[in-house]
Amino acid sequence: MGIAHINWFKYSSPQAFYPLAGRMMPWFAAAALGLIGVGLYLGFFVAPTDFQQGDAYRIIFVHVPAAWMSMFLYVIMAAWAGLGLGLQARPSFMMAQAIAPTGALFTFLALLTGAMWGKPTWGAWWVWDARLTSELILLFQYIGIILLRASMDDLRRADRASAVLALVGVVNVPIIYFSVRWWNTLHQGASVSMTASPKMAATMVTAMLVMMLGFWMYSCAVTLARMRCIIVERERPPSWGKQAATQDVAEARECSGGV
Amino acid sequence: MQWGSLTEFFAMGGYGLYVWTSFGATALCMVGEVLAVWRRHVAAVAESRDGA
Repeated sequence: MGIAHINWFKYSSPQAFYPLAGRMMPWFAAAALGLIGVGLYLGFFVAPTDFQQGDAYRIIFVHVPAAWMSMFLYVIMAAWAGLGLGLQARPSFMMAQAIAPTGALFTFLALLTGAMWGKPTWGAWWVWDARLTSELILLFQYIGIILLRASMDDLRRADRASAVLALVGVVNVPIIYFSVRWWNTLHQGASVSMTASPKMAATMVTAMLVMMLGFWMYSCAVTLARMRCIIVERERPPSWGKQAATQDVAEARECSGGV
Repeated sequence: MQWGSLTEFFAMGGYGLYVWTSFGATALCMVGEVLAVWRRHVAAVAESRDGA
């Protein structure tokens, strides 16, 4: 069957998406395991020791992928939130809800591994530099979005309020990205860019990119898994209940503020 | 490969503490997240069976 014959709109309903997500998850998880395994091998056994930073530079293989994921996931979360607001689509809000914790986790890891790298190379765990500060703000944004949602009992209001907060906060992402250029920062510039040739050895770049792909696959797998949790928590399809009637579902939807 | 021995590998040229804390924390967080989502799913399905 060709891709054109699949009715994609079918999967925009949570009930249809639930099994699809379940089927996709193991593939993403397997790809994540494989890529991270290869990335670690390349990072520790193939990439050479850096002539300036010694082996401390190897932190790059988790630090840069985590930092990139923290920004990518924020943009994707904000896009789903925006789509939810524009189309009044509950599943879009649920996707945004599913992404937030993973984004927060990677932001935390970017900051932590950054401190681990800063201490031996700069002599300080933390400096109030533009890059570090804007990334810390990103962590607060994720936490704010999660807490704002958790603080509201009315799911419909929670969806909309957290979506607006996510959308407004997206301005911070370009600030983080360009901070090393706009301000005179202690943090080094981009290691890899689309326009210039990489400043690192090819094996180092390869290891870093493989790790990043692995983190992407991990994020897809864990977000789909969380999406499934959210679908069960919010939708409670009748077939999962012992003797659930259509009325129960209608009631549950009314309580959850769903359309 | 640049490591002469296992000790050398763990020492990471004197940066072992920083390198292994970074990788260890990352691994711990990712495994922890997977377990948390798994438990959340089990709890959600159980509740939807009981509560529906």
